[in-house]
Amino acid sequence: MPPVFGVLFDGLAYGMLLFLLSVGLSVTLGMMNFVNLAHCSFAMLGGYVTVTLMNLGWPFFATLPAAFAAAAAASVLLERAFFRRFYNASDLEQCLLTIGIVFVSIAAAAYIYGTDQQPVQLPPFLRGSIAFAGLNFAVYRLFLIGMALIITTVLVATLEMTRFGAQVRAAVNNQRMARGLGIDVDALFAVTFALGSGLAGLGGALAIDLVGLDPSFAFTYLIYVLIVVSVGGLGSIGGSLAAAMLLGVSDIAGKYYVPAIGSILIYLVMTMLIMLRPAGIFGRR
Amino acid sequence: MTSTTLAEPREYLQAQMRWRWGEIAFWLATLLPFILAPDYLLLASQVAIAALFVLSLDLILGFAGIVSLGHAAYFGTGAYTAGLISKWGWGEPLTGLVMAAAAAGLFGYVTSFIIARFRHLPLIMITLGIGLLLQESANSASWLTGGFDGLQGIHTWPILGRFRFDLYGYTAYGYALAGLFLIFLSARRLIHSPFGLALRGIRDNSQRMRAIGAATHSHIRTIYTIAAMIAGAAGAILAQSTETVSLEVLGFQRSADVLVMLILGGTGRLYGGLLGAVVYMVARDQFSGLNPQYWYFWIGLLLIAVVVVLPNGLLGGLSLLARRAKAQS
Repeated sequence: MPPVFGVLFDGLAYGMLLFLLSVGLSVTLGMMNFVNLAHCSFAMLGGYVTVTLMNLGWPFFATLPAAFAAAAAASVLLERAFFRRFYNASDLEQCLLTIGIVFVSIAAAAYIYGTDQQPVQLPPFLRGSIAFAGLNFAVYRLFLIGMALIITTVLVATLEMTRFGAQVRAAVNNQRMARGLGIDVDALFAVTFALGSGLAGLGGALAIDLVGLDPSFAFTYLIYVLIVVSVGGLGSIGGSLAAAMLLGVSDIAGKYYVPAIGSILIYLVMTMLIMLRPAGIFGRR
Repeated sequence: MTSTTLAEPREYLQAQMRWRWGEIAFWLATLLPFILAPDYLLLASQVAIAALFVLSLDLILGFAGIVSLGHAAYFGTGAYTAGLISKWGWGEPLTGLVMAAAAAGLFGYVTSFIIARFRHLPLIMITLGIGLLLQESANSASWLTGGFDGLQGIHTWPILGRFRFDLYGYTAYGYALAGLFLIFLSARRLIHSPFGLALRGIRDNSQRMRAIGAATHSHIRTIYTIAAMIAGAAGAILAQSTETVSLEVLGFQRSADVLVMLILGGTGRLYGGLLGAVVYMVARDQFSGLNPQYWYFWIGLLLIAVVVVLPNGLLGGLSLLARRAKAQS
């Protein structure tokens, strides 16, 4: 395969993964302005749920809904217990609370599973690659791209066409006005938060084969997710998708073509973009 | 107190500046490790360095409201500058310290133009980005920094030509403590000046400060540069007393640690950060038998507990208790 296409293809698959991991945070941040740095801990939880269930003999596909449900349930618990008291607190307090949760989740994962990378055994039809038009495509990456596209379509359709979606958009645009119109923003937020964390859990489960899973996952990918969210703009699904693609492709390309300064390039681009467009590429605020 | 505040700001500031018995007792107590715990002097020097670093973060976070997740960038700049100067043949510590602080301050001044323009999430992301950027650059520039293996070949000359850095840490602790005390005095003077009051105004309501004519951006640039210099000095003392510099001085972990220490002790109180550094570093030393992974479990719980139960940190909790006791008697 010519490297340009290979890099593009790998980058797209990676970007789709980043999108799944970050879209939930983008929407909840946009709605409540709650800086949830523990978002990737939910993703990590999803990953470990998949690993555990597969060790118990579950098929890969059956573990995916379980990963979604576990992450969503955990996020609801935390939201009820802690987060809801901090919606009006300062950025700093929100950051610290959620960094504390990240530390605890990393230590707990290390205690239960050890610090090794967790392997995952994919079903046979997701392994290998298929040839098309003279190019080789890894099946799992194709599956990942397809999966992310379906989820994006469902998300966009829900947001644009349903009553629930209209309420979410209203709350993201202007929380006080939405409350004034009688929308129960708190309940709405709890549901959105659970959905977003569930998607992160799903992303974590899907990520294992591509990037691996160990306790540091919650920190490593937090940085990528924050980049996607702040570059894409809060509460914008299209923005998140574009930013995730940009980040995925440029990260893979940077590591492939200029390995010496690959990560510098990513951080540089991110910092510059935030400086020029503090509200994100497609952000309105 | 409120009436004097309104009537005569100068008197208010002077009242704030007066030394209290508790403060004098605190600084006398910092000399105790020399007599009571000579085995722990190396740890004590680490605590003093951490305290200096926390002090620098307190100046921008506690007094000017600038949240930073990348403050290790300035600590690391100071550490690498001091290390490189020594490696290139000039191991005199005091001039090395000044040069390192100047280098970190210069970097702080350059970046402060960016910092002053942002608040909230973009600010957090930009500080994080600057920190990561510098760490990756240091990692790539291994011809200069030694990369992953750390900077080798640092040799620090005796301080003032007399006090050699010993194995037990007598000199290291004395040096770090003297640095901390002198810089603390200047910081204390600074925040009890009209400039310090203006900073607190910016922290509490920057728009209103601008409306009454305060030059908020230039105030923020000034304090950010000063804080960067102090962080650089802390890094330089670390590099000179341990005679090694590793990439870890620039790491995100260090930025997060210093934030934890400050929050633990209480922001915007000067002594809060010092107390937080002592508690954090001593606890970490006591738990060092544990796997570091598990250490972060307790730190995480502690962070959650502090944010939920003691929003003003240990010192805030203590002063609340003291006020209640006074109200009852």
